[in-house]
Amino acid sequence: MAGEILCVRHLSKSFGNNLVLKDIDFQVMQADVTSIIGSSGSGKSTLLRCINLLEDPSSGSILFHGKNILDGGVDEDAYRTKVGMVFQSFNLFSNLSVLDNCVIGQVKVLRKNKASARKSAVSYLDKVGMAAYINAKPRQLSGGQKQRVAIARALAMQPEVLLFDEPTSALDPEMVGEVLDVMKVLAHEGMTMLVVTHEMNFARDISTRVVYMADGKIEEQGSPEEIFKDPKSPRTKDFLSRFNAT
Amino acid sequence: MTISEMSFFQRMGYIFQKYSLSLAKGAATTMVIALVCTALGCVIGFAVGIVQTLEPKKKAGPMSRALLKIVKVILTVYVEVFRGTPMMLQAAFIYYGASQLFGINMGMWSAAILIVSVNTGAYMAETVRGGILSVDPGQSEGARSIGMNHFQTMLYVILPQALRNIMPQIGNNLIINIKDTCVLSIIGTVELFFTFKSISGALYTYFEAATVTMIIYFVLTFSCSRILRVVEKRMDGPENFDLASNDTLAFTSGLQHYDAKTGRVL
Repeated sequence: MAGEILCVRHLSKSFGNNLVLKDIDFQVMQADVTSIIGSSGSGKSTLLRCINLLEDPSSGSILFHGKNILDGGVDEDAYRTKVGMVFQSFNLFSNLSVLDNCVIGQVKVLRKNKASARKSAVSYLDKVGMAAYINAKPRQLSGGQKQRVAIARALAMQPEVLLFDEPTSALDPEMVGEVLDVMKVLAHEGMTMLVVTHEMNFARDISTRVVYMADGKIEEQGSPEEIFKDPKSPRTKDFLSRFNAT
Repeated sequence: MTISEMSFFQRMGYIFQKYSLSLAKGAATTMVIALVCTALGCVIGFAVGIVQTLEPKKKAGPMSRALLKIVKVILTVYVEVFRGTPMMLQAAFIYYGASQLFGINMGMWSAAILIVSVNTGAYMAETVRGGILSVDPGQSEGARSIGMNHFQTMLYVILPQALRNIMPQIGNNLIINIKDTCVLSIIGTVELFFTFKSISGALYTYFEAATVTMIIYFVLTFSCSRILRVVEKRMDGPENFDLASNDTLAFTSGLQHYDAKTGRVL
């Protein structure tokens, strides 16, 4: 494995008096597929949103290639182009076509010319199986299709890390499959991914690392085998027993 | 035949004939003022509405925070004053105030356009603010997540959606402006209502002149509202989309287009 990309150190986040993230420490290496699991309200999504600076962490540091992005001297927008994000509610631009959703960031942010941006947008849409829908508007697509376009939009920026915030939680079981298939392909291609998910099969079979969170803390982290076969913490055991029972 | 001998419809016909030129001129003046002022009002409204939805940057110092706050207070005062007083009095206040206090004699056109657009701007500011707030916050998060800055997010994602959302309200404002330019007759603007007053004063046929003028007003407002509907439809784009494919063997069934009207597959 190559070098470290992201390193989160002593990260805390509070909303008012409510401390939702407590002293989070973990790191993401190149080509890691890290699944963050845990029950709802354990702070998983907040952690992901902090990493993409959609939320302001209260304290701690986030190192991107060794540089603290919370220092103030860092260009947040430039950082975000390198750390893509896929949302639970897709957040495709509803005023733009599928193609333009994947083109606009390349043209306006990366300053690529239109022709090459379209070309790479089509190739990423092809990868997620949505190339035939370039003329459609987001409202004309199903949830699974929207999420695949959202993944293509994020990929089109050629990020170094891709964050997934419960990408399949708003989808019905059939659509979950089509989105997870795309994510599997990305994982096999060596994309560095950080995935907040309730899909335990994905966490166990696809990811290279698993982080279990409870009450805003990292309760346990390790390889999928360590976490799923031999969890150390009683809380992890308890959480996974429900999954293993099914 | 004198006016007093005519029937109701004959009198209306007479007014239409004899005063067609002044009525047309009045209607044109009304339309020009309404269109120009609604457009200018939109520009003012967007500017004010955008500033009012600005949040200070995370790293902003106390100076720029205070400056933004002061600007917002000034804009709020503008919006509240111009929404909260009758446009007729605003017209008198500005037109006569300018000449009395500053010795500026505003022309009829500049005074009319200034007053109506500033008034429309006050209403539009609130409309735009509402339009911006009505766009799902996820849209702006999606834009930020691919590295767009605040300006780009607004320009390419939020404002186009806000504009679409407030189109019905812009239409409303245009129609209100067509009718409300009549208050400008207080400063002597010769628009449609002023023409009505001249005609009825000359002929003493209030009922007929009012009917004729109302018909003209209605034709103006109704055409505008229909045209705006078409514009809205245009903004929504086509309801259908075609699947695109380079591979002529793939998805051939999906590439066919079903025409609901004729029931034919194209």
